[in-house]
Amino acid sequence: MDRLLFGDNQFFGVNHMSEEKARAQAMRFQDLDAVMEVLDTAYDEGITTFMCTTHERIAEVADRVRHNPERYADFTFFPGMPYAHKYADAVTENGMLGAVRKFLPEEGIMNAMLRGGASLARKDVEGLITLLIDAEMAMFRGLKTPVIWLQNVVVDLLLGLGFTDAFSIFAKHVKKRYNAEPGFITMNLPMLLDALDRAGIENPIVCSNINKIGFRMSGGIEGYHEVLETRKFRAVAMSVFASGAIPAREAIEWISEQPNIESIVFGASSRANIRSTKQLVDEFGA
Amino acid sequence: MGLSHLSMIRAHPDVRVDAVVDSTGYILDVLSKYTGLVTYTDYQTMLDSVELDAVLIATPTRFHGPMVRAALEKGLNVFCEKPLCLTSEESRELAALAAEKGLVTQVGYHNRFVGAFREVKALLDAGAIGRVTHILAEAYGPVVLKAKGSTWRSQRTEGGGCLYDYAAHPVDLLSWYAGAPIGVGGTILGSVFSENTEDEVFSTLYYPNNVSAQLSVNWSDESYRKMTTQITITGTAGRIHADRQEVQVYLRDTAPEVDGYEKGWNVRYTTELTENVWFYLRGEEYSAQLAHFVKRIESGELDDTNSFASAAVTDRVLELLTIDAAAGPATMDADAVAAAPPTPKRGLLRRRA
Repeated sequence: MDRLLFGDNQFFGVNHMSEEKARAQAMRFQDLDAVMEVLDTAYDEGITTFMCTTHERIAEVADRVRHNPERYADFTFFPGMPYAHKYADAVTENGMLGAVRKFLPEEGIMNAMLRGGASLARKDVEGLITLLIDAEMAMFRGLKTPVIWLQNVVVDLLLGLGFTDAFSIFAKHVKKRYNAEPGFITMNLPMLLDALDRAGIENPIVCSNINKIGFRMSGGIEGYHEVLETRKFRAVAMSVFASGAIPAREAIEWISEQPNIESIVFGASSRANIRSTKQLVDEFGA
Repeated sequence: MGLSHLSMIRAHPDVRVDAVVDSTGYILDVLSKYTGLVTYTDYQTMLDSVELDAVLIATPTRFHGPMVRAALEKGLNVFCEKPLCLTSEESRELAALAAEKGLVTQVGYHNRFVGAFREVKALLDAGAIGRVTHILAEAYGPVVLKAKGSTWRSQRTEGGGCLYDYAAHPVDLLSWYAGAPIGVGGTILGSVFSENTEDEVFSTLYYPNNVSAQLSVNWSDESYRKMTTQITITGTAGRIHADRQEVQVYLRDTAPEVDGYEKGWNVRYTTELTENVWFYLRGEEYSAQLAHFVKRIESGELDDTNSFASAAVTDRVLELLTIDAAAGPATMDADAVAAAPPTPKRGLLRRRA
């Protein structure tokens, strides 16, 4: 994994600090050209990995990249799934089975129906989970996706429920079918590492909030310090700036001093912020 | 049963989940197969078979009353999703029953555990903006975006609809900040898409000491990515605006000294107002309210935020709003009546004349 990964929250009106700012961003990035312009800026600054959701608008980004193979020779996607709103809405509107039908992959409707339908009937979630992964991955066909994430809302829901089998089903399928590394996004890092251990997933890639003020680091920052020191996993830090609560220089300096952090994911909307983040990371060897 | 409630409470270090009840057998079978949880399809059977300290109830609202009562009668502490009951009378009865038995009760008005809204409460208690004259309580979001709906949330008789399911949140914040209203007026329960219930709620609420409030709620608005609840409070010495993310406070020169605040604009963000929880799923407030409930059972020392008695006040307001909406306009323009189109809403004017 690269040291710096580019995130996509800013494109979808997600801002943990201000609803006003989130709305302004949603307006600005309604136009796909505005999104591509920022992605191009990051790419040209040498940040070539895009860690994104499977929002339907990302499919448009994927199309652009697919159709310009020369321009985007090194462009790499780290897709995170599922885009939870999509499923919640579909289940509300169509019920469980209807939702599954709606998200069938293109690979062959009969095959997928059988897999999904039979899984539902047998209460066997393996077929269902793999079916949904394939549906989400359809938009990235032919593109580089060396890491595939399970999003935190799902990871943490399963974690709380004690549904650890789902983690190994996800990991196995992602490796086998996409030759990719499974990644897990969580707001509960220490607790998740124990669960991944139980699921038999060795040296997992795990992304969580890691920042100087301990913002959204469940259980407290000490527990995070401890696992970074002692556990074997590949850590990706997000929310390093705590939504802007920590000045950039201070945030990057601090993160560069933490052990065992392989990558940092950040979002930005301007060339100035993208460049200065890159420079700070280079400066501190973060 | 709510899956996210189950996930959060099961992750709590001091809690053991001994049983799960749901009417959907499929979900129960998957849960029991993959998580080892003990499941029941019948609530009473579960109560009769398992020894418990507390129950957590997340069902359609019309089931709350009987389920809560059965639990209280068994001597169990109860956390129940909001709103508590479809009538305030039943809510008050349950609050009295719980008090008589000395049981801990709590209702899931999670906004009272949001750092920004707690800060607002602290500012009001400190008299930061002088005498409060008006409160605007708003909530908008994308819940119902087409006419068809097949779940209980689209049926008013089951406690579905924007008033009970959505407006209840800003209404409860009003109860927290201003107490019980002496009356309400000008209530509109309007439809955008729904056939059997309302999608918009607007009203004016009257409180003692000339405090007024307005309520503006719409759950059919996808220009908001998710539910956004906002509070704006005007006082003689300043103004407070808050949502889940931040608190913006303007203090006049005449405002009293408040620790950490200066005259003019002040902004406090969620990053400084929020404490970490033991487990995070979609918002600290959801975990924090469950932790509060658990701690109250363990120690009995904490305040009774969101007790049944407090939720009964909010249930009464929801009732008043329903009654007021049916009454229509209070002041009619007679000339406009004469000029009305040939098919007016029949009966409305004549009945009031």
